[in-house]
Amino acid sequence: MLCQECQEREASLHFTKIINGEKTEFHFCEICAKDKGENLSGGNNFSIHKLLSGLLDTGQALSSQKSGRKTQQPKPDIRCETCGMTYKKFTEIGRFGCADCYTHFDAKLDPVFRRIHGGNTVHAGKIPKRKGEDMHVYREIENLKTEMQKQIAEEEFEQAAETRDKIRGLEDSLKKKGGDAS
Amino acid sequence: MTLKSFMNDAISPWMKNEGPEADIVISSRIRLARNLGSVPFPIIASGEQLKGITNQVEKNFPGSSKEKFGKLSFLQMSDLNDNEKRILVEKHLVSPNLMNKSENRAVLLSENESLSVMVNEEDHFRIQCLFSGFQLEEGLAYANVMDDWMEEKFDFAFDERRGYLTSCPTNVGTGLRSSVMMHLPALVMTKQLNRILPAINQLGLVVRGIYGEGSEALGNLYQISNQTTLGASEQDIVKDLRSVVSQLIEHERAAREQLWNQSQNKLEDRLFRSYGILSYSRSMESKEAMQRLSDVRLGIDMGIIEDVKGSILNELMVMTQPGFLQQYAGESLKPEQRDQRRASLIRERLKLEEQEEDHDGGGE
Ligand SMILES: [Zn+2]
Ligand SMILES: [Zn+2]
Repeated sequence: MLCQECQEREASLHFTKIINGEKTEFHFCEICAKDKGENLSGGNNFSIHKLLSGLLDTGQALSSQKSGRKTQQPKPDIRCETCGMTYKKFTEIGRFGCADCYTHFDAKLDPVFRRIHGGNTVHAGKIPKRKGEDMHVYREIENLKTEMQKQIAEEEFEQAAETRDKIRGLEDSLKKKGGDAS
Repeated sequence: MTLKSFMNDAISPWMKNEGPEADIVISSRIRLARNLGSVPFPIIASGEQLKGITNQVEKNFPGSSKEKFGKLSFLQMSDLNDNEKRILVEKHLVSPNLMNKSENRAVLLSENESLSVMVNEEDHFRIQCLFSGFQLEEGLAYANVMDDWMEEKFDFAFDERRGYLTSCPTNVGTGLRSSVMMHLPALVMTKQLNRILPAINQLGLVVRGIYGEGSEALGNLYQISNQTTLGASEQDIVKDLRSVVSQLIEHERAAREQLWNQSQNKLEDRLFRSYGILSYSRSMESKEAMQRLSDVRLGIDMGIIEDVKGSILNELMVMTQPGFLQQYAGESLKPEQRDQRRASLIRERLKLEEQEEDHDGGGE
């Protein structure tokens, strides 16, 4: 497969971008990828920031195209109050400034993560011990909610009601514990 | 310094070619990215803040030991000279990024060098485990021990929905990059690899050649890793990678058999030529060295070349890089001097093999 940028060299870097379930593939040769900021010589740091910021920009360009020229007036940029990083800067360098950026930019992050992580926006892996068991309960609630949506979609209302009660039970137990602990 | 004593210092366990499927999988690596919630990420943190973190690490870990890793040692990057830093990079223990920005950067190393923790790279901590052969699960278990230990001392940035928070949005969630370095010469020779790679990409994995200064994949070495870190558990991420790598191993084995059946003479000629050139040349660029070493390695794995150990590729891949060459030479070298030294190091290494053969009465 040839590089989509130069159409000369063999493409050796392949990215898949997924927006709302629709796949777009990118194929670059090493040289063009390098031009895009790829750091290929580094043995272990997989840095795709420049390319990533391209993806982030594409997302913005698309949305402003759709809504037409009227919305082109400059919107106030979101800023992380803790570290001062702005959302605009984030899309340029493709990196957060601190952990709180995740909270401050939260409203914009779901589409970003969906694009980067194959449609996923929610963590499903390890939970630090320190965060305790509440997290596991929280995760089960999330799972049950998904299940309930499915049951409703499939018109299995009785089961959906059962699932809803389970969710309420778990939420109550969290509230109680929160009250006791603090 | 004799080559033998130099090698004893230079060779990390993962280069010894002892793990499962080591004829095709060179090494397995697990990386976990972790950050503190209370300090900005290294790209914008102040020198004072970064120093606070390295101080904390220095206070808590070196000298103490976990049975898995032995005693940990702590290296401030700014205490090392350029060549020492380069050697850490060539051994894959730290990234070039950490070498270049060495102020307030550090690394924590286990005795056997299977574990390293980079401090203040792109993230505050990057826990890395490097194992010989196909050992992803072992690597993950190892990395988790360190992760849990560090969690006792540090409050990691973690969010209920987003998981471990990282500087780059490509690492958020598990912070896990699992990767496997594979030697795939037969798939390259039979031109099958280019057809397979796009399919692998569709499965959410990334394939990269191991690059040198030029632009071609060196030595038919490819690194396969997970692309997404959010939405799947660590175990599932590793399982997906394992299953694709297992299939690639099968394909590579089949391609080797195909080469043997269809063009045995041509293959043998090519592999022995490379062996001959490595044994006698007086100057060799790194790119050629990698290709020739790949040929010899294939010859060893297929039982065509019998009197050389398989670990030679792994060892020389690392030892013929500039940092090691200069360390061995005991002086800094210009590029053309390096090419000469590289050729002579390879010759010497092959001779060492012959001597050992004599002592052991031939073979393992
Ligand atoms: Zn190109
Ligand atoms: Zn911030």
